[in-house]
Amino acid sequence: MIERKIAAIIAAFILAVSPAAINAETNTAAPIAANAAAPAPTAAPAAMPAAPASLKPTDGIGQPVARYIGLQPQVTENGRFAAWMHDWLLLPLITAISLFVLGLLFLVMVRFRRAANPVPSKNSHNTLIEVIWTLVPALILMVVFVPSLKLLLAQYAKVPANALTIKVTGNQWYWSYKYPDNGDFEIVSNMLSDEQAKAAGEPRLLGVDNRLLVPVNTPIKIITTSADVIHSFVVPAFWTKMDAVPGRLNETSFKADQVGVYYGQCSALCGARHAYMPIAVEVVPQATFDQWVLAHGGKLKGAAAPVATAAAAPVATLAKN
Amino acid sequence: MSDTAISVSAFQAHGAEEHHHDADHKPAFFARWFMSTNHKDIGTLYLIFAIIAGIIGGAVSGLMRAELADPGVQYLPYWANALSHFVGQGDVSANGATHMWNVLITAHGLIMVFFMVMPAMIGGFGNWFVPIMIGAPDMAFPRMNNVSFWLLVPSFLLLLGSGFVSGGAGLGAGNGWVLYAPLSTYGSPGPAVDMAILSLHLAGASSILGAINFITTIFNMRAPGMTIHKMPLFVWSVLVTAFLLLLALPVLAAAITMLLTDRHFGTAFYDPAGGGDPILYQHLFWFFGHPEVYIMILPGFGMISQIVSTFSKKPVFGYLGMAYAMVAIGVVGFIVWAHHMFTSGLNENVKIYFTAATMVIAVPTGIKIFSWIATMWGGSLSFEVPMVWALGFIFMFTVGGVTGVVLANGGIDQYMHDTYYVVAHFHYVLSLGAVFSLFAGFYYWFPKMSGRMLNPLLGHIHFWVFFVGVNILFLPMHFLGLQGMPRRVPDYTDAYTYWNHIESVYGYTIMAAGMVFFFVNVIYSLIAGPKAPANPWGEGATTLEWTLPSPPPYHQFETLPKID
Repeated sequence: MIERKIAAIIAAFILAVSPAAINAETNTAAPIAANAAAPAPTAAPAAMPAAPASLKPTDGIGQPVARYIGLQPQVTENGRFAAWMHDWLLLPLITAISLFVLGLLFLVMVRFRRAANPVPSKNSHNTLIEVIWTLVPALILMVVFVPSLKLLLAQYAKVPANALTIKVTGNQWYWSYKYPDNGDFEIVSNMLSDEQAKAAGEPRLLGVDNRLLVPVNTPIKIITTSADVIHSFVVPAFWTKMDAVPGRLNETSFKADQVGVYYGQCSALCGARHAYMPIAVEVVPQATFDQWVLAHGGKLKGAAAPVATAAAAPVATLAKN
Repeated sequence: MSDTAISVSAFQAHGAEEHHHDADHKPAFFARWFMSTNHKDIGTLYLIFAIIAGIIGGAVSGLMRAELADPGVQYLPYWANALSHFVGQGDVSANGATHMWNVLITAHGLIMVFFMVMPAMIGGFGNWFVPIMIGAPDMAFPRMNNVSFWLLVPSFLLLLGSGFVSGGAGLGAGNGWVLYAPLSTYGSPGPAVDMAILSLHLAGASSILGAINFITTIFNMRAPGMTIHKMPLFVWSVLVTAFLLLLALPVLAAAITMLLTDRHFGTAFYDPAGGGDPILYQHLFWFFGHPEVYIMILPGFGMISQIVSTFSKKPVFGYLGMAYAMVAIGVVGFIVWAHHMFTSGLNENVKIYFTAATMVIAVPTGIKIFSWIATMWGGSLSFEVPMVWALGFIFMFTVGGVTGVVLANGGIDQYMHDTYYVVAHFHYVLSLGAVFSLFAGFYYWFPKMSGRMLNPLLGHIHFWVFFVGVNILFLPMHFLGLQGMPRRVPDYTDAYTYWNHIESVYGYTIMAAGMVFFFVNVIYSLIAGPKAPANPWGEGATTLEWTLPSPPPYHQFETLPKID
């Protein structure tokens, strides 16, 4: 616990503004009241079929792992390709370049130190070497650009017609999800307090009361917008990140191929509770998804008259707070 | 007629009857430091200002690291309450406490960018050494030079003062240094954001005037024989930087002026409810913001070139390639801005273009790294303190640069954007890049500026302790980013604890301990350091400042030097 003491001493020393900072060491519980002003969750009417039991999160999947130094495991095709590109092309490349430069530095430091080389050479030009160190990096970058372009094209590929559209709205400080293909019902998703998360077996600051449910192996079209300031919808395990901008409808897509719970956090500074609006996506089999939709008063896709998609819907109402 | 005759002499520094032919005659204290027109004194003022701002900005980061040392919110409520009580208000709400976090990150960013790195590099070392290196007696517009500096003081006071007035959920401006709309417009009522915006206006005006001064000086006041292609690379770097400032800062001024009118005068430039677009602000901001990051590193490139050449006893390898690589970085730096906006909903073609354009910057940057190494190749290297910092710079800047190549890929950035990976990247190029070059320059030129030698042992200890500290502080941020930890959060889920704890408890502490050696060294050397000779660095130091005594006379080059 000496580390904790050092941290407290530094904090008190640096600040010296507030004598209370010294007492802070004893205060382990976060003094922030969770979700003070958040709206009530949407409750399912009693007449509807029971909602399916929610999945338990799996350790190491869809959430960060302590001490780990790599990317989160990916459960979408684009995500796996991008992770491959990072782990097997970019990371080895930048490691090699850094070590190459470090090696050259050590070499000149040893070989051309004053004791070893008292008389400096006067050479200050060598056209050939200059051409080489211009062209070789350019060629390397061209090689990198090929998979980079492939990844971008894949990320922007047209979403198939059978995709399920979900409209994601960022609010200060929670997310709301609308299912226009399933009767346009809405889910409001708030972060669980520390105590609730502990009781529910959810990771702290990541668990939510109502998750975003999506069927497995189905292309999902995400339309993001915001009701107030800019937020960002993020699921690292899907390699998905799209800003939610007021007055705009941004589109992104993913197709998760493994059932599970996947967490993310708002990633655009959106005010005081920016750290407290997580995203939790639960990927479930189609049958479970259908049961869940019905339990929330929605319709199964294709069961009723076609519903207008979110893309054709009017721009989100803009709330000026 | 007699009036005219009187007024002419009235504008002289001193009357003809008491005219001194001594180049070292200095005005009295107040006139010298508050009404200065002397580039060296103004440079000194800038350096003192930057050191004070650096201490404040560094202390703010200490608060941030203390809060991040453990999961949960530990200290913010106490700090926010202390601040609130100080201005005569009651206890803050939970949101007021986390708002305090946003105020800290905003302050840290703005202070380090606008009030530490820029004043030190351009205002400090630029003012001190650009005129001397080109053989000029002073800057082209000495009074404007004074205005540049004194605009910065009220600018900094406005920013610091904004912490004591309301900024929405609590005291102070909490929008991040980018001040994105609409969080900075209808998202943050209260005068704090207005004060921050006006602070940036003043800092911008200061920089624009400084840029005009440097461009005019470098183009018109070079000594006979000092052609453009003979200028030291530090002068080249300041010239390119001055053009970047001149072209980029007016765009920032326009962007933040529109923030002000959106906030108070009913315009809707960034408000979709009135036909505006928040993304417009991001484009304008980053059209300034990306050149800004080169503004913060290019003078560092220049300093490293001088230092590597001096301590290798060799001229810079590939001088023209080095100079035009900086020009290329400056030009390309203006056409890559949207890589800061890869997740804002850009069109596919736009993203492909900005990916390709961003990668191109790696080429001139690589030329610089390899040319520094080639300068040392065949040289006779001595590892004085400035050289050690320069070597540290070359390696750390390379590490920061290559993660930039990773982030340049629009498809990859979709994961990394706004995670700690980005925080790690820009701290490697700034905290380990720009700041290392500042320390290198400071150790290199301190004997010239002060006339006193710094203690080399303390300098070496400073380097090693600081080097170890910042690497423990910033390297694990890559890991946190790859695990998905978002930026700008005061609290994090428990899985992120391990690296955060190490960064705070070991990284920040060791780094801060290193700084103690720096301050002790500077204070000790100013009081009791050995007298510095005109050229303490030997035959490798070939630029004109080393031909003058240490410190240089108050007015140098009354007879212009001739360069052959």
